[in-house]
Amino acid sequence: MTLLELAGVTAYYGPVQVLHGVGLSVPEGGSVGILGANGAGKTTTLRAISGTVRTGGRISFDGHDVRGLRPDQVAVRGVAHVPEGRGTLGQLSVRENLLVGAYLRKDRAAISGDIDYCLDLFPQLQDRIGSRAASLSGGEQQMLAVARAFMAKPKLLLLDEASLGLAPSTSKAVYEAIRRLRVESGIAMVVVEQNANLAFSLVDSATVLETGRNVLTGSAAELKGMDEIRRAYLGG
Amino acid sequence: MGTFIQLVVDGLATGSIYAALALAIVLVNQATGLINFAQGGMAVLSAYIAYAFTRLGLPLILAILIAVVVSFLIGAVIERFLIRRFEGGDPDTAVVVTIGLLALVTGICAVRWGYNNLAFPSLFPLTSVEILGAVVSVRSLATTVTIVAIMVALQVLFLRTKLGLALRAVADNPSSAALSGLPVGRLLMVGWGFAASLGAIAGVLVAPQLTLTPGMLDTALVYALAAVILGGLSSPIGCVVAASAIGVLENLAAVYVPLVGHDLKIAVPFVLIFVILVIRPQGLFGRKVVVRV
Repeated sequence: MTLLELAGVTAYYGPVQVLHGVGLSVPEGGSVGILGANGAGKTTTLRAISGTVRTGGRISFDGHDVRGLRPDQVAVRGVAHVPEGRGTLGQLSVRENLLVGAYLRKDRAAISGDIDYCLDLFPQLQDRIGSRAASLSGGEQQMLAVARAFMAKPKLLLLDEASLGLAPSTSKAVYEAIRRLRVESGIAMVVVEQNANLAFSLVDSATVLETGRNVLTGSAAELKGMDEIRRAYLGG
Repeated sequence: MGTFIQLVVDGLATGSIYAALALAIVLVNQATGLINFAQGGMAVLSAYIAYAFTRLGLPLILAILIAVVVSFLIGAVIERFLIRRFEGGDPDTAVVVTIGLLALVTGICAVRWGYNNLAFPSLFPLTSVEILGAVVSVRSLATTVTIVAIMVALQVLFLRTKLGLALRAVADNPSSAALSGLPVGRLLMVGWGFAASLGAIAGVLVAPQLTLTPGMLDTALVYALAAVILGGLSSPIGCVVAASAIGVLENLAAVYVPLVGHDLKIAVPFVLIFVILVIRPQGLFGRKVVVRV
């Protein structure tokens, strides 16, 4: 069954139109990548889903029309967005960040168990649990951002450039943990990633955007190594 | 020695009024990341509201409770319909808006109740007790105790409750907090409402002593801002300690330092600010804000 469906989605920053009719389909438990050069509209597509940019077109999630909802209303329906730049709450401790992630949950008893799970997934966070998020390294902040999103127990995780600004070994570790999270939790994902190898390690299928339009969509196996992919990434 | 203790206790009492205003400022800052310069003016309006209800024949304590509740609503409405328009923009603009709000609220009080001093009944008995040979007014003591109790309650609210965590999360990064499903707008309204209620308590505690005028808390606001900067914007305990210290020091300096006297005592906290900020820019109890890319 389809969990998320975008059709003809447009998006605007002020008067500037950034998306010109983007489509995307994510099955329940599926993982779909959005690829493309800088400025292609990848981040904006995620923002359109989570309600943080003005949009047109049709966005349905879990059988409901979610276009035009506020970000917190979209989150209530089960979408967790790990934004570009991580968006951790700098003055709050790591534990408090995770508790904020669990803000909407009613099952209080299960929350501490899920915090333990996050610490098992990202052992580096274990020693920093009482530290303020702002004092964490870039890699640790990215781990915290993913863990915080997981704490909401969402149906869908939007992941924006989780490797940005990280050392290759760190981003590899982050993606390995996310892959494990996906297998163990069954959460569906939309993954925006500049690094094609990392992206294909996590997604079943992908769509390539160019200046706010889909130019190519297919399974990960079909897309790997295609010329369009190389062109999309190199911007040529 | 008797004079000294008396000066200290009186200083603590005036300091606790600065503390109440400072707490309200910290609360708004924790919840919205903004300094509300109208906090003092809003507190005066609250005191006038309590005054109006006592004039209708209501018992004082009931009038105060009503003023506290009405102030919560006023705070929430101001956030929703005025401050909301400037959130997410340049914080400097929002600060200027709160300064304009101060002028507006003071003006409204003046139009409705005039500039004449109005007598406001005291919540606490005007008797005094003897402590270590010093005569101390019950009102000063009770005021101090009330403010300390509120400070503890606020600290618990911020650090131990889900609402407090949510308020801090929204203050830290509203757009990111929204992604976790926090109703940012509603939380900001609640933060402003709480702060206005707190200001109302400060207003009714100080009004009997100063008598009600539209500019009653102007000086207190200056001291409260000094306390906020000294104590650190992120620490309710810090700003209460700083406010008490300011209250005590200005009293002592006025009497024991001939050069200062009563005319120059307003300068005392600012000399303190200057010295302390040079040594500890984040304030005595505040946390340094670290920004990492």
